[in-house]
Amino acid sequence: MKIPYSEPGTSKKNKTNTSSKVPDIDKAKCISCAQCIEHCPDACIKFDSGKKAEADTNYCKGCGICAEICPAKAIKMKDRVIK
Amino acid sequence: MKKITECSLAIAETVKNCNPDVIACYPITPSTHVAEKLADFYANGEIREYITVESEHSAMSALVGASAAGGRTFTTTSSQGLLLMHEVLFNASGMRLPIVTFVATRAVGAPLNIWGDHSDAMAQRDAGWIQIYVKNSQDAVDSIVQAYKIAEKTMIPVMVCGDGFFLTHVVEEVDIPDQALIKKYLPPLKMELKLDPEKPISLGVYAMPDDYQYFRQDLDDDILKSIDEITKADEEWKKVTGRSYGLFEAYQVNDAERVVIAMGAQASNGKEAVNHLREKGERVGLLILRVFRPFPYKQISEVLQGKEVLIFDRSISPGAHSPLYSEISNAVSTKSVKKLYSVIGGLGGRDNNVDIYLKLFEMMKSGKVERWIF
Repeated sequence: MKIPYSEPGTSKKNKTNTSSKVPDIDKAKCISCAQCIEHCPDACIKFDSGKKAEADTNYCKGCGICAEICPAKAIKMKDRVIK
Repeated sequence: MKKITECSLAIAETVKNCNPDVIACYPITPSTHVAEKLADFYANGEIREYITVESEHSAMSALVGASAAGGRTFTTTSSQGLLLMHEVLFNASGMRLPIVTFVATRAVGAPLNIWGDHSDAMAQRDAGWIQIYVKNSQDAVDSIVQAYKIAEKTMIPVMVCGDGFFLTHVVEEVDIPDQALIKKYLPPLKMELKLDPEKPISLGVYAMPDDYQYFRQDLDDDILKSIDEITKADEEWKKVTGRSYGLFEAYQVNDAERVVIAMGAQASNGKEAVNHLREKGERVGLLILRVFRPFPYKQISEVLQGKEVLIFDRSISPGAHSPLYSEISNAVSTKSVKKLYSVIGGLGGRDNNVDIYLKLFEMMKSGKVERWIF
């Protein structure tokens, strides 16, 4: 008998990588306003050590809100490259 | 305890005696009396939990949650109510939850009709549930207890289907199994995997194209195999009560030349027709199918060898062969039976009385069989 279930924390193991588009962040243009971080519905964007936006595309759903909201136009949605 | 009572009330009392943890009902004719009587028991403190939900979709959803948390559950419904449960039925079987449901089978609108046939239950035949069609009050109450045994052993939900009105509202003598007897037959439900705050899991999770088909294959395999558990549950029930029903009842079929196959309460009228024709020396028989899912292909084909067979459906699949006929015609090869006929009748509460069955046997004799009988 196979029961479809999962234990907590499995998303750490199973990276979804489902979207076709992912954000491409131009860190030189980033003004560190954190709007993209606040608006990302999947909490994929964080500051790097230099306080510039950085996306973890493993969980990005490709909605494009970050690119839309960025006041410095530092984010563009580009095709995901499968490694 | 032996009583003369309405079938619905007997079913409710049996469910209560099975000691369920959670019941969730949304009343709909003709299953209402079962839900009402269970609510009575709850009001008297004889049932632990009874949720009055706002729809049948919610009733089945509530049971999915309760069952996933390890509870023994029950609901009852009919017709449009069962159709509203449809999507949740697939989730219940997919998550392997041992839910037991009584369906008072009824026609489906439009046109609006509250009376009995098998259209609603037949529309759920691919939902991954075991389906048992019962023929009288005793069969109904015994099948409810057996259903818990089968469901909790195989982890496949079971739908017990009884004809709306023709069975549910009939008053007849019935031996209602008491709590002590059921306790002996039915061990407490223990689920290996359940929702538990101490050990959290998610049930019914996402399966990608790589995995999904394996789950469906597993369910299909297990339902096919469940035929052994159904037989075993029936045999064990015989040991404690002396009553058993088998996968089907073959009435005077052994030496018969012509056999009618039907399901449910109205099929018993066929016995009277068989008795009548046997007195005249005609070799006729009646097969009343009880277990429709899993379908007993092998067992049925064995008893039908070399006979003329007429399949009498109480539901249709518009634009195709009717459900029971298409299964039987898959069970037997054209070489193994002499002839195979399909007739549809008794829809929307139309009475399939003894005369109708006499007509069916007459049609077979003359070889002039029409698709519909009125």
